[in-house]
Amino acid sequence: MSRSPHNRDERLQALLMPLLAIVTALILGGLLIIVSDLQVIAAFTRIPRQVAVPFTNPETEISLEEALWRHPNEVVIGDAVEVKGKQLRVVGDVRDATTQIGLDEARALYPELGPGVTIHFTFFQKPAVGLRAAWRAVRVAYVALFEGSIGNPRQMAQALAAWLRGDPSLLNRAFYPLSESLVTSTPYILTGLAVALGFRAGMFNIGAEGQYFVGGLTSVFVGYSLKGLPLWVHLPLTLLAGIVGGGLWGSVPGWLKAKTGGHEVINTIMMNYIAFALSDWLLNGPMMRPGGFRPISPEIEVSARLPRFFGGDIRFHAGFFLALVMALLVYWLLFKTTIGFELRTVGANPSAARYAGISLTRSMVLAMFLSGGLAGLAGANDITGLIYYMPNAFSAGYGFDSIALALLGRSHPLGVVLAALLFGTLRAGATRMQSVAQIPIDIISILQAMIIIFIAAPEIIRAIYRIKQRRAQEQPPEADIVEGVQA
Amino acid sequence: MSAVVTIVDPEAKRRSRALGMTFIAMGLIIYVFFVRSSSPGQLATFGLNPGRQTAATPIPNVTLPVLASLYAMALVAVALGVVQLVRGFGRAQDLVLGLVAGLLVLGFLTWAARDQSLNLIGILETAVQRATPIALAALSGILCERSGIVNIAIEGMMLTAAMVSALVGSLAGSMWVGLLAAVLSSGALGALLAVLSIRYKVNQIISGTAINILATGGTSFISAKFLTQYQHLNNPGKFSNWPVPVLSRIPILGPVFFENNLIVYLLFGLLIVLHVMLYHTRWGLRTRAVGEHPRAADTLGIDVFRMRYINVLLGGMVAGLGGVFLVLGSVPRFDELMTSGKGFIGLAAMIFGKWDPFGAFGASLIFGFTDTFQAKMQILRVPIPSQFMRMAPYLITMIVLAGVVGRAEAPAAEGQVYEKQ
Repeated sequence: MSRSPHNRDERLQALLMPLLAIVTALILGGLLIIVSDLQVIAAFTRIPRQVAVPFTNPETEISLEEALWRHPNEVVIGDAVEVKGKQLRVVGDVRDATTQIGLDEARALYPELGPGVTIHFTFFQKPAVGLRAAWRAVRVAYVALFEGSIGNPRQMAQALAAWLRGDPSLLNRAFYPLSESLVTSTPYILTGLAVALGFRAGMFNIGAEGQYFVGGLTSVFVGYSLKGLPLWVHLPLTLLAGIVGGGLWGSVPGWLKAKTGGHEVINTIMMNYIAFALSDWLLNGPMMRPGGFRPISPEIEVSARLPRFFGGDIRFHAGFFLALVMALLVYWLLFKTTIGFELRTVGANPSAARYAGISLTRSMVLAMFLSGGLAGLAGANDITGLIYYMPNAFSAGYGFDSIALALLGRSHPLGVVLAALLFGTLRAGATRMQSVAQIPIDIISILQAMIIIFIAAPEIIRAIYRIKQRRAQEQPPEADIVEGVQA
Repeated sequence: MSAVVTIVDPEAKRRSRALGMTFIAMGLIIYVFFVRSSSPGQLATFGLNPGRQTAATPIPNVTLPVLASLYAMALVAVALGVVQLVRGFGRAQDLVLGLVAGLLVLGFLTWAARDQSLNLIGILETAVQRATPIALAALSGILCERSGIVNIAIEGMMLTAAMVSALVGSLAGSMWVGLLAAVLSSGALGALLAVLSIRYKVNQIISGTAINILATGGTSFISAKFLTQYQHLNNPGKFSNWPVPVLSRIPILGPVFFENNLIVYLLFGLLIVLHVMLYHTRWGLRTRAVGEHPRAADTLGIDVFRMRYINVLLGGMVAGLGGVFLVLGSVPRFDELMTSGKGFIGLAAMIFGKWDPFGAFGASLIFGFTDTFQAKMQILRVPIPSQFMRMAPYLITMIVLAGVVGRAEAPAAEGQVYEKQ
């Protein structure tokens, strides 16, 4: 990267673009919440008001005067009204009583606007109602999202104050959402790092999901089959098993790419499905919990569990710190070691790397082993830190989400950690949003997809916010996002 | 020494030898796994008539002596392998591969059905049903990839179309409107993929992934918000089976292929149209040129971007048809994530079929067959876990992609961003 006087400008934009992408996605998500909310739809199309004398409550009622002003009498000259099964035309001066009816008579028959009658307004007649309903829908949703992911600020302050006075009983409840967000972020950090590392080495690892599964399987096996070991031996072994399992699973497509040129995208997708079938077989067969009928593995030993720090229902465990350490290690490996330099060179320009004497096979297999290993560790983390056994429905779509993470984090370990914290927070908060505001949790996927699109095609964001980009330094967006991936 | 000089490509020679070994290996598999676990006197009965009332002319069922048939199949496979090693089948080797693979499958079926009877027609009928969405996904992949755009968003396009067909079909009270809206919606996703990949030069895997996430989230969102709460929004009705007049009378082929619903026939039509278009029209030539060498095509005055936009848009629509089949062609309701990876299996079928419409259809039939058969295995008490059968399509695809048996060559410019100069 060339150093130029405008470097700071560039740095600023590098920070600004992801932020704008997130904000834009949240705005569009808000719009989606509005248009899919039945109450809002009602408030936009049919706003009911009951004509009332005397008129007291503007929320549900309307005065007769206003109603009459809005609808200056329902029946006017020229209308056709039905009287005793016959259609009669309303006229000012009745000449033929079989086809015509006087205005006063018609109004007596059809007293549309008397007290107690409900009339409906459209959005344009009462825009404030619709806008208020829309605002309420979005506010309720996003407040629930915030309180579900970070917590209620007032509750948190009260709990802290009580704790300072010597009463820690409120802490658990107030900080539960925050701890859940960190718990949810942990596998995201690891799978995001997996994909980012692959990107840097020019490998598109779309199979984090399968590697996560296999890592979970191998670690749960070591977790329950070895017995009587002390924690400091058993736990590292269990985690290592996850790394090795996921790593080996991941290195197969790496090896195939190096040896046969078979594209790793297809091969990793195929291996995902093989992993699902394999896990289905293992959990219904050799690894099935004895005496049980459900496809779940036995529980792992206590000595293979990641320690939790707080009592009660706070699930926050040491895996979060493990993930941060892995991020540091990945940073160190990629940017401070010869191996990392080789991986990045292969990613940036494979032919140059080969002429420089770097073994492509070794680099590709190694990159995919490390990448798969990180994804496998994510699986091991969920086993040893959260659920303690392997269920058949183990994963939650990490394969695709992790690509979003690597993109949003610009394939840099620090960026990935930040992106994972954001996604984990969103996911954790969405659960509360679903129960409070009846907004399906899937809205988070929609937000993620939009974030990917905006990050990958920054021109869209530039066009929306009229950000100018200096022509001279324009790079193909691809090179600038996924540094290294060759199509 | 003969005077005829033949230019031998070492790569081709290596592959031809590998193929011969494969044939022999398949023969040995029949011997080791099937022959040795059957005993003399066992019979296998294959039912060749559908279990329901049909127009097809009834024919007698076939009963095979298990051991003798298996020996014969193993011998034929090994013999073909020896011939391939000694002489080589030349251009017919792919056909022979298909034959030997067929023998292996037949051997497996004979072995699985020993001392029992197996309704082959029932399995084949279901196999065609299961193959239809896969084949449509594969055709979508062919349309896109032949023009140089990788489409891994087929899964998302199918899912979207499935949801839209259920919702709009129910709202409008007409399956036709549902079908139309669904195809348009997946076409719109195709357009999004095209715009991101061509105009904004986003890496095609990334834009495809984004669309998949968007479709998964969007359809589940609408399903959870509306479809599960208001059941009448998720009840679009179903295209009924319509036997093709004369053709449905043919035994075996009739009930399997010509007694299906509209979308299956649309698939057959698309197969032929796409084959003709791809290999015998100017559009096809241009599409392939754009996919193999866009710069050369551009030099000759072909609008690379326009070709790619059109193809990806059409590809999106075809993928949508596959999603529609899942709703209007089978269970007439939408369930979250109901495509369950069929879009990706479609990609696999496309690779297995070497980016050729009929090849992809054949691959889809094989995948549909394994899918159907793994459900039958428990009933037949086959001592192989059905999960291994489920892995088979993916394993086969990886093997084919690796070029061990019959190399699959992707269009050369696939996945690359084209920059006009």
